[in-house]
Amino acid sequence: MSTEFIIAAIVTIVGLTTPILLAALGELVVEKAGVLNLGVEGMMLMGAICGFGATVSTFNPWLGILGAAAGGALSSMLFAVLVLELNSNQVATGLALTIFGTGLSSLMGLSYTGFIVPVFGSIFPASLASDPYLKVIFGYSPIVYFALIMVPAVAWFLKSTRAGMILRAVGENDLSAHSIGYSVKGVRYAAIAFGGAMAGIGGAYFSMVITPMWAEKMTAGRGWIALALVVFAGWRAGRLLVGAYFFGILMALELYAKAAGFSFLPSQFWAAMPYLMTIVALSVISIRDRSGGNAPACLGKPFLPST
Amino acid sequence: MSKISRRTFMQAAGAAATLPVLGGKAFAAEKVKIGFIFLGPVGDYGWTWAHNKARLQVEKELGDKVETVYVENVQEDASAIPVIRDLAQQGCKLIFTTSYGYMDQTIAVAKEFPNVKFEHCTGYKRADNVATYNSKFHEGRAVLGTIAGKMSKSGTIGYLGSYKVPEVVLGVNSMALSAQKQNPNAKVKLVLIDSWFDPPKEAAATETLINLGCDIVATHTDSPGPLQILEQKKLYGFGQGADMSRFAPNAHLTAIEDIWGPYYVERAKMILDGSWKSTDTWDGMKEGTVVISPYNKVVPADVVKLADGIQAGYKDGSYDIFKGPIYDQEGKLRVKEGETMKLADLAVMDWFVKGVESAA
Repeated sequence: MSTEFIIAAIVTIVGLTTPILLAALGELVVEKAGVLNLGVEGMMLMGAICGFGATVSTFNPWLGILGAAAGGALSSMLFAVLVLELNSNQVATGLALTIFGTGLSSLMGLSYTGFIVPVFGSIFPASLASDPYLKVIFGYSPIVYFALIMVPAVAWFLKSTRAGMILRAVGENDLSAHSIGYSVKGVRYAAIAFGGAMAGIGGAYFSMVITPMWAEKMTAGRGWIALALVVFAGWRAGRLLVGAYFFGILMALELYAKAAGFSFLPSQFWAAMPYLMTIVALSVISIRDRSGGNAPACLGKPFLPST
Repeated sequence: MSKISRRTFMQAAGAAATLPVLGGKAFAAEKVKIGFIFLGPVGDYGWTWAHNKARLQVEKELGDKVETVYVENVQEDASAIPVIRDLAQQGCKLIFTTSYGYMDQTIAVAKEFPNVKFEHCTGYKRADNVATYNSKFHEGRAVLGTIAGKMSKSGTIGYLGSYKVPEVVLGVNSMALSAQKQNPNAKVKLVLIDSWFDPPKEAAATETLINLGCDIVATHTDSPGPLQILEQKKLYGFGQGADMSRFAPNAHLTAIEDIWGPYYVERAKMILDGSWKSTDTWDGMKEGTVVISPYNKVVPADVVKLADGIQAGYKDGSYDIFKGPIYDQEGKLRVKEGETMKLADLAVMDWFVKGVESAA
């Protein structure tokens, strides 16, 4: 195995991992605030079309990314209003958001079918970005570095900042947080918007970097893997990074095994792996910690203050 | 046309917006309703796009005599049954189910509605009210294989497929045999991704094939994603189902275009005049169902000549890639010298020829 071979494989793995890492990081913050948003797939698609559309209209991929974040965040606000103001069931509303996002993105994308944009690739000088060896560090889209920076940023925010602690308090015990004067709804609105923006940027990675085009349903179920990843990581940002790359390596391994002609495992098994590993991780967490692991105590429950 | 899908239902329900898609009810009762079940989104620029183009041709040519309805993104599992049944209950007189994976579901619903005619694409199960139709894509792949065999420097050609169904097996084998006629050492590396439409996975699989030494990758999945990867890497590939050159002007050598329109129009006319019968149609280049897109200017003149020769051979019936001797992956002689595989054998082909490297 040559170095070039390994580098090319790493580039593929980074491509497979980055969108699910971004979406999962966003969802992690949402769930830490006590809200379960199953609409990740829909928000990713909204981000994918808004990012692509903004890039086509402005010729500027940076504005495209802004558009993607805005698209994801705006669509998440629909979910936020329903679950926070009307106390609708979070699972059902999240699923509805996925279906809605899938439909609306297809509708918006009708006029963009067949367009292409330049790849939103590395912004480093070509001597670094195209170097056969250095490209393993410098050869990626800015979105990849953004995702990597956001991992410690989210971990630090949740662990060490006042705002992060309030967010966790809201997720662990909304009534207590409310009674000492924190705005549960306000915190949850902000968390859901952040989750939507991150999912949107994750979706834009598909339409602006991997295959710079718009195609309906182009995320092809990655939102669900991101959701599984949050659980797999036990709601910890650091572990999320490890888990995301673990999932990415599994996905790449499937393709390499097939292309190299190995048939020791049926391909359906590979496809089921991320979910299988999530179940394993869940079991391990619950065996180790009887209290239900690291899951926020108010996850998925409506906030109903008595006053 | 009324466009009804689970998707648009949810748009209307979820948004409570002013979407007009469900508003256009047909009042003209004498119109014959024709239904279509689509695998992917109509905007996939590949398989489903081509079927939808044919649907539009039916509307255009038969005008106000017909009305068409389609449902897109229909899964190839038991959930297809209620979707097909729904079209029959809506009063469709003719229903096209446009993917192999709807075979048993089509037969099942057809039993419930003996007065509705069904047309199942690429399958082999028929009934009094179920016809089958297919296209000899492998004839197109013989042209692609010839070009790939000539133009691949590494002699290793990538093949990105969906599932191990006869259509894909035929495509892989036709590609490998044709490439080997130009370069006896040519190999075909096959990756089946268990999906017809998954752009990120198609892209990653293309990168994988390139990393394993393929310098030309043919796709038998439906998105232009692989071509975009090939364009970035300055390598070559082919469009699938439609001319995809706009996605990869340099990498796109040519494409196999699926032309279903004339068949759909013909079958719809038969419903109108009552002459419809259950038949098994397997057309190809000769009938104009398989069309090769214009060649990219980077294809050298001698390769163009070879490729055109194969097209001409299929059109006048003088050429067939599945002519013996053909050996399988293990090197066993499967088709003897002088023999040509029969259509019935092709329709159920489940083994790969020598030189195909695959996991299954």
